Amino acid sequence: MTDTIMIPAADGPKKSSLLVQDARTRKRNAAETRFRIYGMAAIGVGLLFLVFLFTSILRSGLPAFTQTVVEIEFTLTQEQFDTAETKMLKTGEYQNIFVSALTEQLDASGLKVDFDNKAIERIVGKPGGTIRSFFLENPDRIGTPASFELAASSRVDGYLNGRVTRDTLVDSRFLMATDLDLVDALEDAGIIKGAFNWNFVTGKDSGVDNPGGAGLGASVIGSFFMMLVVLFLSLPIGVAASIYLEEFAPKNRWTDLIEVNISNLAAVPSIVFGILGLAVFIQFAGFPQSAPLVGGLVLTLMTLPTIIISTRASLAAVPPSIRDAALGVGASKMQSVFHHVLPLAMPGILTGTIIGLAQALGETAPLLLIGMVGFVAREYPETFVGGFTDANSAMPAQIYTWASRADPGFYEKAWGGIIILLLFLITMNAIAVLLRRRFERRW
Amino acid sequence: MPFTWLVLILLAIATIGFILGRRRALNSAGGDRRELHSLPVYYGANVAMWAIVPAATVLIIWMLAQPFFVNSRVLATLPDAMVSEGSSIGLVMSDVRRVADGLDVAVQLGAMSRAEAASISTETSDVRERLGEVGVALGSAVSPEVLSGAQRYRTLNAAGSLLMTVLVLLIALGGAAYAYSKSTANFRARNNVERGILALLIAAASVAILTTIGILFALLFNTIEFFKLYPAADFFFGTNWAPSFSGRGGSSDLGVLPLLWGTFYISFIALLVAVPIGLFSAIYLSEYAGPKVRSVAKPLIEILAGIPTIVYGLFALLTVGPLLVSMFGKDTLGWMQGGTAVMTAGLVMGIMLIPFVSSLSDDIINAVPQAMRDGSYGLGATKSETIRQVIIPAALPGIVGAILLAASRAIGETMIVVLGAGAAARLSLNPFDAMTTITAKIVSQLTGDADFASPEALVAFALGMTLFVLTLGLNVFALYIVRKYREQYD
Repeated sequence: MTDTIMIPAADGPKKSSLLVQDARTRKRNAAETRFRIYGMAAIGVGLLFLVFLFTSILRSGLPAFTQTVVEIEFTLTQEQFDTAETKMLKTGEYQNIFVSALTEQLDASGLKVDFDNKAIERIVGKPGGTIRSFFLENPDRIGTPASFELAASSRVDGYLNGRVTRDTLVDSRFLMATDLDLVDALEDAGIIKGAFNWNFVTGKDSGVDNPGGAGLGASVIGSFFMMLVVLFLSLPIGVAASIYLEEFAPKNRWTDLIEVNISNLAAVPSIVFGILGLAVFIQFAGFPQSAPLVGGLVLTLMTLPTIIISTRASLAAVPPSIRDAALGVGASKMQSVFHHVLPLAMPGILTGTIIGLAQALGETAPLLLIGMVGFVAREYPETFVGGFTDANSAMPAQIYTWASRADPGFYEKAWGGIIILLLFLITMNAIAVLLRRRFERRW
Repeated sequence: MPFTWLVLILLAIATIGFILGRRRALNSAGGDRRELHSLPVYYGANVAMWAIVPAATVLIIWMLAQPFFVNSRVLATLPDAMVSEGSSIGLVMSDVRRVADGLDVAVQLGAMSRAEAASISTETSDVRERLGEVGVALGSAVSPEVLSGAQRYRTLNAAGSLLMTVLVLLIALGGAAYAYSKSTANFRARNNVERGILALLIAAASVAILTTIGILFALLFNTIEFFKLYPAADFFFGTNWAPSFSGRGGSSDLGVLPLLWGTFYISFIALLVAVPIGLFSAIYLSEYAGPKVRSVAKPLIEILAGIPTIVYGLFALLTVGPLLVSMFGKDTLGWMQGGTAVMTAGLVMGIMLIPFVSSLSDDIINAVPQAMRDGSYGLGATKSETIRQVIIPAALPGIVGAILLAASRAIGETMIVVLGAGAAARLSLNPFDAMTTITAKIVSQLTGDADFASPEALVAFALGMTLFVLTLGLNVFALYIVRKYREQYD
């Protein structure tokens, strides 16, 4: 049989040259370039989102770390102290002393602004109480120059940060437009200045109307105790479960059921774990609401699948020759696993655990349901056990609480809280990467 | 701290048992460990295991069961009239518990003697005031029934705890003694200990199943409870979502359709953002990019997956929302009323899902055999033609699986919609309207102050059930597709 190939007639494609691209090739090549550009654009857009996200976090969050303070130094004479203590309105008298010291300093700097007591109250709150309690506690400081650093109100803070401007300011009992002249003068005199806001990092949450005094410290402690629970439950349970599934489990329906369960639990929305925590731990078992213990339990159940999956991967990466060698010299199956396979898989297991913990640390939705939101974390836990059982907040829950408060002053705090949260996450992930780099073993 | 002490005593028994068991086994072999069946450690471990495991099991079961037993016994002594007139059993019981706790505090602080706490009655003294002195604030005066219930509650609890302590310690000692008596040279200690360890491993693996059962029970029971109070048909087919705020029920409309619509609409927009960007990124990274670009771009994009959802939520609320308003708001096009909208949440959720789609698709595209590419190039196809006409069709089932997984992520996402999507449930086509989702409503119904037995709170469990079934179905389907596809090329 012979195949006859029909050679197209002369009116087919025109004579083409390798040196000159015909229209169709040009079209195909253009399509090729276009397709490639789509891919690059997609990557570019993804990275752009990342940059946009981080710049907006940094731009809005960094001001939370500075706090505007009014710093003033003056000497209280014994005479002034005695007079003030005999007065009916003692703190008011101290405030007058404060104001006169302030005027003196402004005069010394050659700035002349008219202001009254009310304006001072709008800028630094009522300073009298602070000053009085200081001198009552330190009577020996009477007569010597004492320096005071008083936190300015959140509106003043916002004015210096650029959040509040002269145009946007609406006169209210919080701040009047006229006060801003005083603020400018105080700034020129070096009395008002920015300082690092330690209270934000270490302090407790304030009430709903005091964004200036809000701090993340108490909820960091809450998160810490939650992570302790997660670590001490999910690591042993996860490792034990993985050892069973990877090394001992026979192929039967029960093991299949466990495997299917684990892969499904990994994909269950986190809010459902919150419902589980609310219904089982709080309603059924009667654990206290808002307690880091309950939060830790819920997050443990949520992280377990992640830890089991990564632990199994690192157990499976240990070559069978190790097991065979152990069995060959007379170890039991259990001994070969616990004495040889597990120690070799440990770096991988720890890496997976840290990543799981980092995930748990940032998780918010389940915490909403077990009552860690809306709770004002005003106190540090007093005892170690109290750290687990006393109501507290957690970092992401605290951020959510701030984000849902009415005063926009809290938004800045929420962004600042996110910076701290991300710092924790970056540190944890960096440790995980270092662990992997340092101990990773190629067989 | 009797509980802590109990645990410490248990541990002490186990430690002593360990030392004694080990010594007895060694002695029975005349001090020569070669005569033993197992290493000496195993004899000790066997005794410790027998001391702790049965006792701890009893301890845990007892602690779970005691509250139910005490509750039912106390409830039986309370007159029926109280329960029916005062709103619910739960409220009466929580009163009883609060008074009992108050008495405990009073005894602890020394404001009351034990005998006085057990015999105090409302006729002779004002219990509320006495408890107020030690810092226990009660909402209303204590009725005689509640007080006697509280006293009974205390005696039952005290008796129960005492009985538990004695029983647990007896079991621990008994177990240790039994294992100790067995600790002789010929006893197969290692096999026994290893069997015990294996049982522990199996128990740990079963936690996954217990979790699933826990989730199912929590959702199922409360959902059934909800459907007793609110007709199921109205829930599934109702087009109006308007829970009453009183928390007492009565006039609430709890139709799930607007919430489902909001959920799907937001997820759809999220996928509209995530799928093209994610898919093209995956194609570029796996087919075009050199190793250098890949090693930089891939981890950078995956950072997006590691960022907590609260961050995205805040990003939606405070950055993207206002930005969209300035583009589509009243001053320009007038489409958008406020910063929280379907578009805001969908866009941000889309960003979150990009790495999810891209890394899954990347794996799947890489799994397409090289021979298929080579064949296509050999026929003269360009790279993009190969990708469009060979690789994508070959990888399609896997990519569809990846998109379904991303969709289930989007449906279950909570923080972004709570902060970014708004609170109003409505059926609207305008993507710039505020809408709400199943997850957002679960949060708002359960964090409000509604009574827990009211349909307004219970509806959250029905919503949770809907969500669970929806995401589970999507996942199972997606995993099925992915697995089936993988088998094709392996």
